[in-house]
Amino acid sequence: MEALISLAVKAIFVENLALSFFLGMCTFIAVSKKISTAIGLGISVMIVQSITVPANNIILSYLLKPGALAWAGFPDVDLTFLGLISYIGVIAALVQILEMILDKYFPPLYNALGIFLPLITVNCAILGGSLFMVERDYNFSEATTYGIASGFGWALAIATMAGVREKLKYSDIPDGLQGLGITFITAGLMAMAFMCFSGVKL
Amino acid sequence: MSQTRKQLLVDPLVDNNPITLQVLGICSALAVTSSLSVAFVMSLAVIAVTGFSSLFISFLRNYIPNSIRIIVQMVIIASLVILVDQIIKAYAYEISKTLSVFVGLIITNCIVMGRAEAFAMKNTPFNSFVDGVGNGLGYSLLLMCVGVVRELFGSGTLFGITVLDPVNNGGWYVPNGLLLLPPSAFFIIGFLIWGVRSWKKSQVEAREFKIQSLEVH
Repeated sequence: MEALISLAVKAIFVENLALSFFLGMCTFIAVSKKISTAIGLGISVMIVQSITVPANNIILSYLLKPGALAWAGFPDVDLTFLGLISYIGVIAALVQILEMILDKYFPPLYNALGIFLPLITVNCAILGGSLFMVERDYNFSEATTYGIASGFGWALAIATMAGVREKLKYSDIPDGLQGLGITFITAGLMAMAFMCFSGVKL
Repeated sequence: MSQTRKQLLVDPLVDNNPITLQVLGICSALAVTSSLSVAFVMSLAVIAVTGFSSLFISFLRNYIPNSIRIIVQMVIIASLVILVDQIIKAYAYEISKTLSVFVGLIITNCIVMGRAEAFAMKNTPFNSFVDGVGNGLGYSLLLMCVGVVRELFGSGTLFGITVLDPVNNGGWYVPNGLLLLPPSAFFIIGFLIWGVRSWKKSQVEAREFKIQSLEVH
């Protein structure tokens, strides 16, 4: 249990997907103009992330890993090279399913998140989460924790960023730095602030 | 015709750069630039994937049903990325370790999808290929600029060859450790955008609020 908590804290603060690995930057920059939309997107990413990472973990350990197909009578098969295509397939399919479920059973939530859901398929944070899970060889419970925590970390980062940007539009910024430029600098300062957490030993 | 093709290739370099203007594919641009050789391999991978994915998608553009086009594009891109990933693992294993997940993330690199959607679905295969390569080059140009600054001033080397002799080797240059850390990439890209936009005034974004000037009556 303790290991899982420290994994979660690490995934949220120390190894924040947005600010220390730069994942999901395109949406991070594009959708952080207003706090309300940023929080909406953050929540959707968190939901999708906490479903896809464990799902991909199951696929990895029962279908792709060397020897994983032993239950089907093929103990020598190694399908890890098919990893990328199956993860992205799982993500695209899950996002589609989630969209349909939300539309049918939770219409208000669907209306709030609706426009962001298709965007999430191409959000690097989601695929990145799954790939980190593979690279670090997490087991199922670790993968679940990592999925939830890293999604939360990303949501936290985009919500904070939106807060800063809402204030930022009243400032006197040089012409060339207007918009995208100053957003990058702000993100850099935030990333620096998040680096303080790297001193936390767990 | 060749004029337009040249345009397709050159336009994305500065005038319509995928990173500084279209805000696409920033994720990997930031993460892989702390050393130049890694950035170089990444650039080659992205150029190859954008070029060929545009080519193949354009070949198939009349056969792809509109409703499932995203999935079809994804499959084409993912297969190409798997190919590139295997090649890098085979010939540059050390670099593939440093790139870690970022080769896989070319799949979700918005440049690839963006060009497939915006250009390759409507144009002939050869033009799409040129457009894909052009955008890949625009991306690489920025990646290399950031990579040069980060590696040169962060560790005093270029492509691993010592240029500025660092102090701990008995030289004179004190490396700026910040440049090797993630946040510096944000600053460098921010300043690059500033530079590009001061040069090409038409890219400046409009202000949302105008600050009233203090005039003495």
